[in-house]
Amino acid sequence: MSGPSTYNPTSGIEKWLDQRLPLPRLMHDTMSSFPTPRNLNIWYTFGGILTFCLGVQIVTGIVLAMHYVASADLAFNSVEAIMRDVNYGWLIRYVHANGASMFFLAVYIHMFRGLYYGSYKAPRELIWIIGVLIYLLMMMTAFFGYVLPWGQMSFWGATVITNLFSSIPVVGHDIAIWLWGDFAVGEATLNRFFSLHYLLPFIIAAVVGLHIWALHVPGNNNPLGIDVKSPQDTVPFHPYYTVKDAFYLILFVILFAGFVFFSPDFFGNPDNYIPANPLVTPPDIVPEWYLLPFYAMLRSVPQKLLGVIVMGAAIVTLVFIPWLDTSRVRSCRFRPLMKQFFWAFVVVCVVLGYCGHQAVDAEVAGVPLVWVARIATLYYFAYFWLIMPIVGLIETPKKLPASIAQSVLGDKAAPAE
Amino acid sequence: MRLTPLSPVPPRVSRSLVLGIAAALALSTAAVAAEGSTKRHPPKAEEFSFEGPFGTYDRGALQRGFQVYKEVCAACHSLNLVAFRNLTQPGGPEFTEAQGRALAAAVKVHAEPNDMGETTDDKGEPLMRPAVLSDHFPAPYANENAARASNSGALPPDLSLIVKARMGGPQYLYSLLTGFHEKAPAGFKVADGKYYNPYFDGWTIGMPPPLANNGVTYSDGTKATIEQQAHDVTTFLAWAAEPKMEDRKRMGFGVIIFLVAFAGVLFAAYRKVWKDAH
Amino acid sequence: MAASHSDAGTRRDFLYVASGAIGGVAAAAVAWPLVDQMNPSAAALALASSEIDIGSVQPGQQIIYKWRGQPLFVRRRTPAEIAAAKDVDVKSLPDPLARNRAKPDATPATDAERTVKPEWLVLVGVCTHLGCTPSVSTPQIPEGQYGGWLCHCHGSDYDISGRIRKGPAPENLAVPPYSFLTDTRIKVG
Repeated sequence: MSGPSTYNPTSGIEKWLDQRLPLPRLMHDTMSSFPTPRNLNIWYTFGGILTFCLGVQIVTGIVLAMHYVASADLAFNSVEAIMRDVNYGWLIRYVHANGASMFFLAVYIHMFRGLYYGSYKAPRELIWIIGVLIYLLMMMTAFFGYVLPWGQMSFWGATVITNLFSSIPVVGHDIAIWLWGDFAVGEATLNRFFSLHYLLPFIIAAVVGLHIWALHVPGNNNPLGIDVKSPQDTVPFHPYYTVKDAFYLILFVILFAGFVFFSPDFFGNPDNYIPANPLVTPPDIVPEWYLLPFYAMLRSVPQKLLGVIVMGAAIVTLVFIPWLDTSRVRSCRFRPLMKQFFWAFVVVCVVLGYCGHQAVDAEVAGVPLVWVARIATLYYFAYFWLIMPIVGLIETPKKLPASIAQSVLGDKAAPAE
Repeated sequence: MRLTPLSPVPPRVSRSLVLGIAAALALSTAAVAAEGSTKRHPPKAEEFSFEGPFGTYDRGALQRGFQVYKEVCAACHSLNLVAFRNLTQPGGPEFTEAQGRALAAAVKVHAEPNDMGETTDDKGEPLMRPAVLSDHFPAPYANENAARASNSGALPPDLSLIVKARMGGPQYLYSLLTGFHEKAPAGFKVADGKYYNPYFDGWTIGMPPPLANNGVTYSDGTKATIEQQAHDVTTFLAWAAEPKMEDRKRMGFGVIIFLVAFAGVLFAAYRKVWKDAH
Repeated sequence: MAASHSDAGTRRDFLYVASGAIGGVAAAAVAWPLVDQMNPSAAALALASSEIDIGSVQPGQQIIYKWRGQPLFVRRRTPAEIAAAKDVDVKSLPDPLARNRAKPDATPATDAERTVKPEWLVLVGVCTHLGCTPSVSTPQIPEGQYGGWLCHCHGSDYDISGRIRKGPAPENLAVPPYSFLTDTRIKVG
């Protein structure tokens, strides 16, 4: 589908450049003429939105680093100086903090979209796996970033997460010490986390490059999950999807701005406005919302090492999805049975998030949440390791349309020229 | 045989030990106090002018609240992140610059080293000078240990971010300040040197009731009830925690209106481009 | 795609231009906070003017204070030094302008135009060549030939009014805006 280039240099400078560094050709082929299925819906705009989020985080992050001081004694007050004294510092910091949440909101929609429409299936396995890698890097970056304001939640979140590594047999404690650079989370930890928090976004940007490169070989999947068969099935990326992505991006930015300007601490935790105190643990340590489902899994397992393994496996599992799905059909639109399991899976993820947010011993209507979390965790793994392979084999998919063009245009498709 | 002296216990360990014992004591008293729960009561539904998307700080409440902080709270609680210049900034109490200078000059802060590089006088007392606008509010105690020593072990927290650092925000603070007069349930024992307050976790708090009717005299004639003082000082501390709130909301409205207009134009372009493609 | 009808094309072009223009405005609006954040913060601006007690400076002595992160020379001159400073033909100076930030740019570099009270000389202690701090000249340890300051970086020689007399510096040492609050207390900035 990437096919031969349609780039046609006209001016002298374009021809000169094309023979030496064909950057305009690359831009033209990937962002302008790129043939894109004509039936992509709103859920396909989140790729562009995610690129925007990454850009926002990098730009605001670089700016914040000009004022932030990575020192246990000064970090908290340097963040407050940004909020109070730096010109527009409050704006830049709130954009960065809420930007992390918006980034994860978008990435979750993007991932669920991929799951629903079978975008991980051949020949797009590598796009999906690279995506899982990006998600993992995002979680690491967000975790390091959350430590930097050096509030109570920063400090104790860092303590809890790094202590997960101490569950590794034999070498676990040494690994934790190595991560800390001390005998507890402290000055050394803060400095290395700052360094890594600054580094990782650029690695993410590079891996996003691979993600898009891999996407541009087979081209986009689409809501029907069928292959592009003729040029009539596609439209050029520009102007069709540039304008569509731009419109939905602005809607997304309106939501983003709503949080930044009118409820900037919505996703935050009051405890993080208390400076870190290594001697007092806050009563409830809660990770940021986007990590809650995994936190719920961790807590639902009564054994420390096993909990960590389950949590890790929940993410590693994602890598195998392209081969766990045995269905011949990509899109859940034509999979009546799988569609129901999919929506149950979405609900389960939300339930896990809810469980992760409540206290360990919380109950709802007499049911201990830890048991809810256990059942939800079981479903999470069953969805990938049992339901996906089995349903793919036993399910009878609905009849697929003949082509994208026929599905979208109906009788208007393939008119006699 | 000679005994090898044990390595001295690091101060941090001893301190955490003391704190641990204190925490254990606190836990045991709480457990004795009520078999059910001493979880704090939900805060009162007090309304503040600065809430909601259009809310702004009430200037009168900010100025009165500053007076309450200065005359009552400041005896024990620092406000480290606020400088006198902030009192004159737009979006805050908006004292005039002359008023701000006068407020600052009435307070003594540590002087810079003198020409001989000294920071103390002949008697070892620290050199002081009147504060200027650029100075931050001085803290009532030299350090944490001094603060604990003067408050029977309890540490009066810094108030700069207190409204953002507590679940329940301004309502929590207001309820706490006005919650001292409520009667403890029968059988609930309040430890010596502690006070009953159902809006605080554990229902006992180290802070004595800070506000009294007419404990301050407002120059604008407002009646200084406990509720009025609590409302005013909460408004002041909400501003101290979020001094750029008015800027933020004002800019937010411009941004949202702009984005909606932008979205409208893009939607028209989107419809136009896709008209023939469906 | 099929060719658009011409009027539809015009409307589409208009919408493109409108979108692009609004996008441009948005980009500019976003750029400003990102640029402005590098300007001095409110905390730095609050220190832009400061009050200094100069009562301890003895005649013939100089004390260096810090103002806006830069050295501020406060020199209490003796009557002989004041006389030497006044006894200069301004037209013969390399830089005939006062360089007093409280006065118009064209003010001549007479000693009277560079001081508020003749006894007190207040200068920004930054060599106008490349920013080093010149060394003060005293009768005990003379620096340079003009009894004022000598910059050791590149040999700029300033007189007892802080005016450049010899060397690469293009301008006289700058006089900051300041005023006397009392006889011994000045407000700079």
